[in-house]
Amino acid sequence: MKTTRLRRVYVWEWPVRFFHWIFALCILVLGITGYLIGDPLPIQSDAEASHRFWFGTLRFIHFASAYIFLAVILMRMYWASVGNKYARWANFVPTRLRFFSRIGQVIRHDILLMKVPEDTVVGHNALAGLSYFFLMLLTFVMVFTGFGMYAQMSTWWLPKLFSWMPGLFGGDYLVREIHHAGMWLFAVFIVIHLYLVFYHDQQEGRGEASSMISGYKFMEEEVFENKKAVEEPAEPAA
Amino acid sequence: MKPISVKRPTYYQELRNKGYSRRDFMKFCTMIAAYMGLESSGVAQVTNALMNQPRVPVIWLHFQECTCCSESFIRSSHPMVADIILDKISLDYTETLMAASGRQAEAAMEKTMKDYYGEYVLCVEGSVPVYEDGVYCCIGGRSARDILQETAAGAKAVIAWGSCACNGCVQASKPNPTGATPIHKLIKGKPLIKVPGCPPIGEVMAGVLVHLVTFGRIPELDHVGRPKAFYSKRVHDSCYRRPFYDAGLFVESFDDENAKKGYCLYKVGCKGPTTYNACGIMKWNNGTSYPIQSGHGCIGCSEAGFWDNGASFYTRIPNFPGFGIESSADAIGTIAVGATAAGVAAHAVASAIRKNGDKKRLKAEGEASVEEIE
Repeated sequence: MKTTRLRRVYVWEWPVRFFHWIFALCILVLGITGYLIGDPLPIQSDAEASHRFWFGTLRFIHFASAYIFLAVILMRMYWASVGNKYARWANFVPTRLRFFSRIGQVIRHDILLMKVPEDTVVGHNALAGLSYFFLMLLTFVMVFTGFGMYAQMSTWWLPKLFSWMPGLFGGDYLVREIHHAGMWLFAVFIVIHLYLVFYHDQQEGRGEASSMISGYKFMEEEVFENKKAVEEPAEPAA
Repeated sequence: MKPISVKRPTYYQELRNKGYSRRDFMKFCTMIAAYMGLESSGVAQVTNALMNQPRVPVIWLHFQECTCCSESFIRSSHPMVADIILDKISLDYTETLMAASGRQAEAAMEKTMKDYYGEYVLCVEGSVPVYEDGVYCCIGGRSARDILQETAAGAKAVIAWGSCACNGCVQASKPNPTGATPIHKLIKGKPLIKVPGCPPIGEVMAGVLVHLVTFGRIPELDHVGRPKAFYSKRVHDSCYRRPFYDAGLFVESFDDENAKKGYCLYKVGCKGPTTYNACGIMKWNNGTSYPIQSGHGCIGCSEAGFWDNGASFYTRIPNFPGFGIESSADAIGTIAVGATAAGVAAHAVASAIRKNGDKKRLKAEGEASVEEIE
């Protein structure tokens, strides 16, 4: 019987993997602490307030993670300019019409489960790439609203850069509400993202899930023969 | 500040005439300088200005409002505050407090506008309705908007007193039937100070006026046009219950044990964390108390749109517009995540079915590889 030959492709370089896991951890920590800050646990205690600081600590963790969150997204944006072809902006930002026709193909094949040929790609498929672009925008909404509220408590210039934010929305209240709703969008993203990782891993068997640990995916020999998937979406000049 | 052309008594002369001693005067100067956040040398500046500057002419207009701003002002902790500014000599026109009425009152305003063109301070209490040509607020047969435009033309500076003038307050909340509009949207090209609050603290109002007199210019303003000296801190950040917040000790309902212990009111809807005001520091009624101290959460009365923000003064989690009254952000979020999870589960089942046909081939291939290795 003829067996499939697979080849190792180095897809995710270490800065991409490093970003992914730190960013994921930040979202988790920020989400949990943020939810608790919005709706704190009911605690009955005989202890004096001076002996306790759990809510202050919770907020500290939230703010500290927020700085890391901002740092790694900036790092990832830099890497989108200098990294390999799977890390580049062209994977995320739809600039060519081709991007949309590929999105259509992904929707038919993976979402609607129609019997159409797979748009074989090594890196992100077009729809996933676009979703990460929106995730980046959401990240900025969270950074701007979050630091906008935080600026008031800080004397450092970095958060102070965002101090104009509440004025734009006529006060802190709406800023807080947007920040709170953003948390739920992250929650929805996590559910879809996790599912699709397992879906692709199970359906295609190319090591989708482990690729974010090792950096490698496994592609069939035939893919190299027609080369489209390995080349796309390389930038014309690069 | 250039001396005002027409010869008038200074603030100090006025006060001495009214029977205040120099000691009273100095106490007032010290107090107000402290409220304004000046350093100790600032006391001399305030004293000097009040002794040498003739009074600044003031026109005080009342539109869509409840006069709580005026009430707050004349009840500020030091009686001199009311005397110094609100007394009939110092105030050229104000509907609620002036002795004159009808033609005489209108004449007084016209005279001030003419004699002190470019010198007087225009204080506006209340919002201005703009729907139906402004018929919802008319004084002496003229619409509020008309009066405002005319008086603002010759004003040196405009002060918007209270939330009505700063953001429209209750009459501008949804659905805003009269088109109540805050002052800054109607007047352009004049220095404008917003002093929000429902009402603002009396000492804050006095501090803003004394700042104008002392330094001859408007105080430093923040991003939304409020004096930084009074509105740069959140009520939350100057709250005496803040240690309970940091300790995570919260009132769960108004009649519980935690409420009796004076814990933080965050979970029963206190808007202190999103409200900029000086209540926690200056307090009210001669520094006696303020809402949080008396056991009620801050309602955020100095913030724009505080009537429409969220559904209630007593809930923490915001309600979301367009989803009905009882739908909090968290309820909608939970439903959204649940629906996504259900969709994902359905997709998982469907995709497993699609893959089913391929299973036999993959299994045979896998087994063949195992044999080859052995």
